[in-house]
Amino acid sequence: MTLVFVETDENGEVALTSAEALTFARTNASALLPQLPDGAPDTSREVAAPPSGSTEAVVVGPLSEEAVGELSRLGVSRIHHLESADLEAYSAPAWAQAIVDIAPETGAVLASGTPRGMELMTHVAMRTGERMAANVVAADEEGLLRQVLGGAAFERLQLDGDLQVLTLAGHACNPEETTPTTPEILTHSPESAAEDLRTRVVRTEVETAADNDTSGLTQARAVVGAGRGVGSENGFGEVLELVDHLGGALGVSRVVTGLGWRPHSEQVGQTGSRITPDVYIACGISGAIQHMAGIEGAKTLIAINTDEESTMVQRADYAIIGDLHEVVGAVNEEIRSRRG
Amino acid sequence: MDILVCIKRIPDISGQITLDASGTDIDDSGLGHTASAHEECAVELAIQTAAATGGKVTVLTLGPAEAVEQLRAAVGVGANDGILIETEDPGAFGPEDIAQIIGDVIRDRAEGGQSFDLVLLGNDAADTGDFQVPIRLAYDLEYPVLTGIQTLSASAGSDSDSSGSSAGGSIEARGIGPAGTEIFSLELPAVIAVQEGGVDPRYPSITGRMKAKKARIAEYVAPEPGAGNPRIGLELPPDTANEVTILGEGPDAAGALVDVLEEIGVIRS
Repeated sequence: MTLVFVETDENGEVALTSAEALTFARTNASALLPQLPDGAPDTSREVAAPPSGSTEAVVVGPLSEEAVGELSRLGVSRIHHLESADLEAYSAPAWAQAIVDIAPETGAVLASGTPRGMELMTHVAMRTGERMAANVVAADEEGLLRQVLGGAAFERLQLDGDLQVLTLAGHACNPEETTPTTPEILTHSPESAAEDLRTRVVRTEVETAADNDTSGLTQARAVVGAGRGVGSENGFGEVLELVDHLGGALGVSRVVTGLGWRPHSEQVGQTGSRITPDVYIACGISGAIQHMAGIEGAKTLIAINTDEESTMVQRADYAIIGDLHEVVGAVNEEIRSRRG
Repeated sequence: MDILVCIKRIPDISGQITLDASGTDIDDSGLGHTASAHEECAVELAIQTAAATGGKVTVLTLGPAEAVEQLRAAVGVGANDGILIETEDPGAFGPEDIAQIIGDVIRDRAEGGQSFDLVLLGNDAADTGDFQVPIRLAYDLEYPVLTGIQTLSASAGSDSDSSGSSAGGSIEARGIGPAGTEIFSLELPAVIAVQEGGVDPRYPSITGRMKAKKARIAEYVAPEPGAGNPRIGLELPPDTANEVTILGEGPDAAGALVDVLEEIGVIRS
């Protein structure tokens, strides 16, 4: 059995990243079972393992009807709904222990590679005495493949325990629905050890979220990227106008935030947001691997750059060779004139 | 408050990467080296927090002899001293080993009279991206642990007492959660994994550079790996031949670009 930690958004719907993790669990069910040397099923255990290949979900906090419907369409056979006073505020060890308590002895526990997912799966690994693999992209009989170097390379590895604990790299798999199931819902109200509540969230400041809000960036259909080529803090005028024409978001390279020109919340890349827009327009960004790691999910890549040999131009679907201020200025003008 | 910051020497990669002959690591000959972005922020937070509470900052790394460069760089921006746990083959160690070895060194320093109220690490290393050492270390030390923290503020009473021992106290830590900025209040000693974005790492001053050269670096020899590295090998993504369509040069190509954007359907009406 594979147990998937499912995150829900503010509307109670299953997060896209969790839908990816559930799809991955379902479509890689046999590869996620522990690999025995001879490939034979493990018959040494006295307790029968749960039916192999099934996918179960664990949701902490409110469980909406919408989420249950979505989990059904994603092929979940059983939903573990964890709701208790101790779990109301997030505390990683407490949540992780509650997951450990319902985890199978044999099989896999996985989450999407979000901050919560990474943190919880590491605690789960510690508490089950297992190793953990972060940012997995594929599983087969030879083991797991995971992203390293921000996605510039892949590591093949084998977790040797009975329980595979892993997180799935964002966008490693497209969410796919299947024949709807009728999931059994099991409600658990665990009590947590005092020690596990030492790291609970004391309070959340929602009003400051706008400063740090990256949801506009990660959900935008069009993202305009700006790098060092913009020239200065005051050089974002044309780029921001284009963002406006596209109803999109601005994304910047690490150099730009490092220089203090724009806030970190706008940074795209290995240590910023990973984005999946329909189109990414990279303006004056050369294409360092740390930046490319954040944009590999973009469906169409357009580069505006003076250097035809730059990585960004070479990796793009479309490119214009030229100064970004001149080109973006002309693009804005063209959009305005077509609009009439 | 005395703070230990754990950093890692990693290749400074910007362009194409190649694998070494073993196929288990990248070929870093000819590449510069640096510490991860998250770790530079951890060093900065440590310096600020130590300054606010009248404590010291020690940086630690497990790596080859050359990793002393990264320790000296941290001293150059304000850390007080360093600890090098030397191994010629850092790739042989898995996250379990690294956490265990750092834990052993922390216990050894405590026996020698140098105890740390707070242990900071980067959220994950930019090369291996395991996301595990901070949490594994915390379990080894039996300290509470937070990850994804961007800023810290020491509460009153969190100064070390005059004897320099870990006198407890607490620290407020802030990180970005799914619904906003999450605030934690943590009893010390604790382990905290730092995420880039809350502070800007400072540049070394001239006096800092001088100090770095003379930095006191305690040296340990890493033991043999225990659990080892579960890595079987590295693979590079297939070199997909990409055909870029050059729409033109300069502002004259704007019309062609707008055509593409219209086709994708992302221009607001």
